[in-house]
Amino acid sequence: MHNLTISQISKGLENGDFTSVEITQHFLDRIKQLDQGNDGFNSFITVMEAQALADAEAADKRRAAGNATAWTGVPFAHKDIFCTDGTLTTCGSKMLGNFIPPYDATVVDNFKQQGAVCLGKTNMDEFAMGSSNESSFFGGVKNPWNKATIPGGSSGGSAAAVAARLVPAATGTDTGGSIRQPAALCGLTGLKPTYGRCSRFGMIAFASSLDQAGPMTQTAEDAAMMLNVMASFDEKDSTSIEQDLPDYTATLNNDIAGKVIGIPKEFFPDSLDGEMAKTVRDAIAEFEKLGCTVKEISLPSTDLAIPAYYVVAPAECSANLSRMDGVRFGHRCEDPKDVEDLYKRSRGEGFGDEVKRRIMMGTYALSTGFYDAYYVKAQKIRRLIKNDFVSAFEQVDIIMGPVTPSPAFKAGEKSGDPVEMYMEDKFTLSCNLAGLPGMSIPAGQINGLPVGLQMIGNYWSEANMLNMAHQFQSHTDFHKQAPQGIE
Amino acid sequence: MEWEVVIGLEIHAQLATKSKIFSGSSTAFGAEANTQASLVDLGLPGVLPVFNQEALAMAVKLGCAIDAEIGKVSVFDRKNYFYPDSPKGYQTTQLHHPIVGMGHIDIDMEDGTSRRINVTRAHLEEDAGKSLHEDFSGMSGIDLNRAGTPLVEIVSEPEMRNAKEAVAYFKKMHSIVTYLGICDGDLSQGSMRCDCNVSLRPKGQEEFGTRTEIKNVNSFRFVEQAINVEIERQRDILEDGGEITQETRLFDANKMETRSMRSKEVENDYRYFPCPDLLPIVIDDDYIEAIRKTLPELPDQKKQRLITEQGLSEYDAGVLTATRELAAYFEEVAVKCSDYKLAANWVMGELSAALNKNDVDITTSPISSDNLGAMVARIKDNTISGKGAKSVFQALWEQKGDNVDALIDSLGLKQVSDSGAIEGIVDEVLANNDGQVQNYINAEPDKRGKMIGFFVGQVMKASKGSANPGMVNKVLKEKLDSKC
Repeated sequence: MHNLTISQISKGLENGDFTSVEITQHFLDRIKQLDQGNDGFNSFITVMEAQALADAEAADKRRAAGNATAWTGVPFAHKDIFCTDGTLTTCGSKMLGNFIPPYDATVVDNFKQQGAVCLGKTNMDEFAMGSSNESSFFGGVKNPWNKATIPGGSSGGSAAAVAARLVPAATGTDTGGSIRQPAALCGLTGLKPTYGRCSRFGMIAFASSLDQAGPMTQTAEDAAMMLNVMASFDEKDSTSIEQDLPDYTATLNNDIAGKVIGIPKEFFPDSLDGEMAKTVRDAIAEFEKLGCTVKEISLPSTDLAIPAYYVVAPAECSANLSRMDGVRFGHRCEDPKDVEDLYKRSRGEGFGDEVKRRIMMGTYALSTGFYDAYYVKAQKIRRLIKNDFVSAFEQVDIIMGPVTPSPAFKAGEKSGDPVEMYMEDKFTLSCNLAGLPGMSIPAGQINGLPVGLQMIGNYWSEANMLNMAHQFQSHTDFHKQAPQGIE
Repeated sequence: MEWEVVIGLEIHAQLATKSKIFSGSSTAFGAEANTQASLVDLGLPGVLPVFNQEALAMAVKLGCAIDAEIGKVSVFDRKNYFYPDSPKGYQTTQLHHPIVGMGHIDIDMEDGTSRRINVTRAHLEEDAGKSLHEDFSGMSGIDLNRAGTPLVEIVSEPEMRNAKEAVAYFKKMHSIVTYLGICDGDLSQGSMRCDCNVSLRPKGQEEFGTRTEIKNVNSFRFVEQAINVEIERQRDILEDGGEITQETRLFDANKMETRSMRSKEVENDYRYFPCPDLLPIVIDDDYIEAIRKTLPELPDQKKQRLITEQGLSEYDAGVLTATRELAAYFEEVAVKCSDYKLAANWVMGELSAALNKNDVDITTSPISSDNLGAMVARIKDNTISGKGAKSVFQALWEQKGDNVDALIDSLGLKQVSDSGAIEGIVDEVLANNDGQVQNYINAEPDKRGKMIGFFVGQVMKASKGSANPGMVNKVLKEKLDSKC
């Protein structure tokens, strides 16, 4: 039962093969069995057992009353970055270790409207800063494919939970690769939509101009179903964009013959691991079998993405995290002697090393005398990167390449070297800087660990990306492979 | 050495929007602490700002009123600093691209002259909450009701040269924003506050001296006092050969001094950058013109109209248009009695004196403009004398009646203007005072004018004060002169 996809569960509920309470209980049991304890995956920070069962019961009643939608009664999980009314929302940080929001994020509300059943809140890098889930205050997450390796980050809990079939799908957020990289390392389908497609209201901000929510699923079809719920125009988010909301499942079976795939030479540098290059190129060759053509292109500013990103994202986060001051919510130090002491100790104790590092980098980059050299220059680079893509999409329908330089690495391997860790996102950052949609789909394995194929689409072309991904998955079975012992 | 004073003002005006600049919470003053603070005002994790279009319209209105360039693209920036009443750890404001650019206003001095002062810019920003240091032993309370109230910060060029000019500027700006209806102008509740930048330079020198900024001065009187004591302080230092430290200072009205808050060296680096949660505000000419069409008559225009169309003096017109409330009251009186000059005399004379004496604001005057207008109309149509009107005024002020005509009747103040009746009384008075009549006849013609006062007094006495003094004068003169 736990290997069912969202689409299969939806049909099963519709056909009366099982009730929402039954399938919800089944996944809750798996979480108890496999996620907790020393040997567990640790992919959940909070399991909402009582609430989930109550929601499942309500969903079954709604179905009986004839008001069910495709999502009514379907279990899933939220990354712990989304505010959930009345349920602990930590963002992976000690700072918010006691924060119970009095409101729902728009994305959370969208699922509630459908009657979907949230099983819990998944582990993540602290404030979404990290590529291995090792910066979480609640401990690292084990990759179900090999417990010695990391699941990727920052949406590492969501990725591990879906890969271990503790939930059929989960939400993620992606600021520089935080959906695509863990999806790649855990063998999942992950989609970061166009900036402005999903509301950021209630999604705890890391870097506001880059953050975007998206689905993490087993299949492209599930991702389409999930994006149907997640995407919405929201007046509460001024950067949300009013744009037609297609039914993303409606075009999954369109013929993709004739689509032109761009392969940027910068995504296949000489330094790229040969096996990684081959696996990705082999996957692209599958598209050629489906009638697509391939074109070599160039995105000359690609190498500038890492330095630009590591100015813009820390700069924005340095301001976004200022509200975590120990005054109104969250961690507060014991017996502050004055307000200065309250700030220094609450923040000093509440934030982990990686968060502090980024706040300091961002503060520095925005300081008088450095602003032009860093922030302004980074914004110029952003425009260059965007322009690269705009010219590329005049020639091609989609861009493909690797998601990561390598498959999942061992826990602890890079955690001592931040720059090495930052290089993990070298292929995913440019997408966020340009605001474009990016996707990762399973493309094969290296040494028994999954590898992802990255697809970057033009603005608002999610339907096309999902269509191509679904066609690929209809002719391959990389996405069906699950970690050993799971099936 | 002779010093020249250089003053620039930064005025913060709270915009009279119904809701806050980035949230739907009410902006009403005086509610219980933290009851008008939404998720957004509290700065909870995950919340996002949404810009209030009403605040935009008001800022553009101000820009039109001061003949300023309007920013077609204006941008919100984050100003980063930690303080408990700043819930997000940054203030959302506009640094590089303000909504209102260079404009100007004309200030009116007491001697009747006026002078143009340029306005550098006006930008939109959010107000902070309040820290409450009393009532909480060993702790501070935070009230976020005010957090997120929209402000325009109006920055002048450093073109004022003494405290009186600065006050005139502040008053004129106060008058403009209240005429526009974009700010209630209530200084006592902090709806308008002023930061005064003051520096001195040797007369003739072009380069500015080092300035200090006196923060949050909240009355016209304090602006004048604060600037004057700061000028004295700086002059003393400079004349002793010292240097001014660039710093922020606070005015203490009890001690009549300014004192240092923080010097520039320890000031925050605010690390401004464009707020990524808000899109740039983009407006076009059509928008601006539509707003311009809604501008009400502004103080300068109203003043000019009263001078040219109603014949008021420059001084009277200036006084009567200084505040929107006074101007509105005055015009209601004037329209009701259809005599602007007479209305001006009563509003600036008897009414203003009574308001001042009892420390009452024009908006809560015990005499309504309608009643004052009705009373002045009865002077104009000779129903009552000026003296009688003072009695009516007193009765109205003491709320002894609300109907002017009924009061005139009950107080017996109606003048006798019937010429037959007056002639009868005059004849009687002349008959009873033959000696005085003879004196009048024998007097030199140029001395007779003064002598007529005796007869007027007798007639008024005989009529128990009800005779129309103008008519009495006229009839007496005719009758006496006919005897000469």
